[in-house]
Amino acid sequence: MLSIGLGHYLTLAAIIFTIGVVGIFLNRKNVIVILMSIELILLAVNINLVAFSIFINDLSGQIFTLFILTVAAAEAAIGLAIIVVYFRNSDTIRVEEIKNLKG
Amino acid sequence: MIAHSVFFYIFSLIAIVSAVMVTVSKNTVHSVFFLILDFISISCLFIMIGAEFLGMIMLIVYVGAVAVLFLFVVMMLNVAEQKGQWFSSRWDGGTHIPVGLLVSLIIFFELIIVIGGWKYKPDLLNSLSINISTEVTNTRSIGNVLYTDYIHLFQISGMILLVAMIGAIVLTYRERVGVKRQSYVKQISRERDEGVDLVEVEKNKGVKIDA
Repeated sequence: MLSIGLGHYLTLAAIIFTIGVVGIFLNRKNVIVILMSIELILLAVNINLVAFSIFINDLSGQIFTLFILTVAAAEAAIGLAIIVVYFRNSDTIRVEEIKNLKG
Repeated sequence: MIAHSVFFYIFSLIAIVSAVMVTVSKNTVHSVFFLILDFISISCLFIMIGAEFLGMIMLIVYVGAVAVLFLFVVMMLNVAEQKGQWFSSRWDGGTHIPVGLLVSLIIFFELIIVIGGWKYKPDLLNSLSINISTEVTNTRSIGNVLYTDYIHLFQISGMILLVAMIGAIVLTYRERVGVKRQSYVKQISRERDEGVDLVEVEKNKGVKIDA
């Protein structure tokens, strides 16, 4: 319990990942919170990669964390741009009112 | 060692609580702030574990750019306060809450089972391993690998950022009517003949411009 190992970090990442999934399922406010939940999920993935990279003594995990960071930033920028355009067109980004696709 | 574990539990507790608050807080601006707190505590964990370059990059990229972008959009769209909309749904009777919790619980227990079943297998792991050397700093060792072995991925990620930038600009650009703009082509292609008019001035008479 006192010595922190790989399992501790993986458990933390699992908890944060699950919270992100819960956020996507339960959110009914607006799409921005769903995007933030996706950021949480990517953060959990990053924790996993860094923890494995340190405990296995292999630098590749940290390199791939850098690339995940890049893609996450690009995804956030595009997603927020889409949200801005949607808000401009239909004056709402509430999840329960976005049903043009009848999903 | 005890200090390490104490700090680990403190930071991970802060991270988990703020992740929950991102999901459940009623005000979207508060969600963004809790997201920032989450990123900061996770980057503290990264620095503690020995990946200090990634911790600092997390701070710069996420807190400095992504979270500020979220904050900017939330405030620009004026959707921060949504009273009474917390987990409530009018059109499906709230069945998404038990379904979502069930799916999340299943995912969580699957992850825990995977972690519990993880055995340290050195024979699986030395296929493409780049060892972390303790003599140089973390930043320097990442740079040694990133600009040599992973140079193509590095450049492709730069292209991804470029595409994201162009895409965001193209998506949000709109033509405004009634706004006067500079026309650089017109400015540059002006000739001397149309710009300068030589006038012979007579004595004791002025010059009438725009005659």
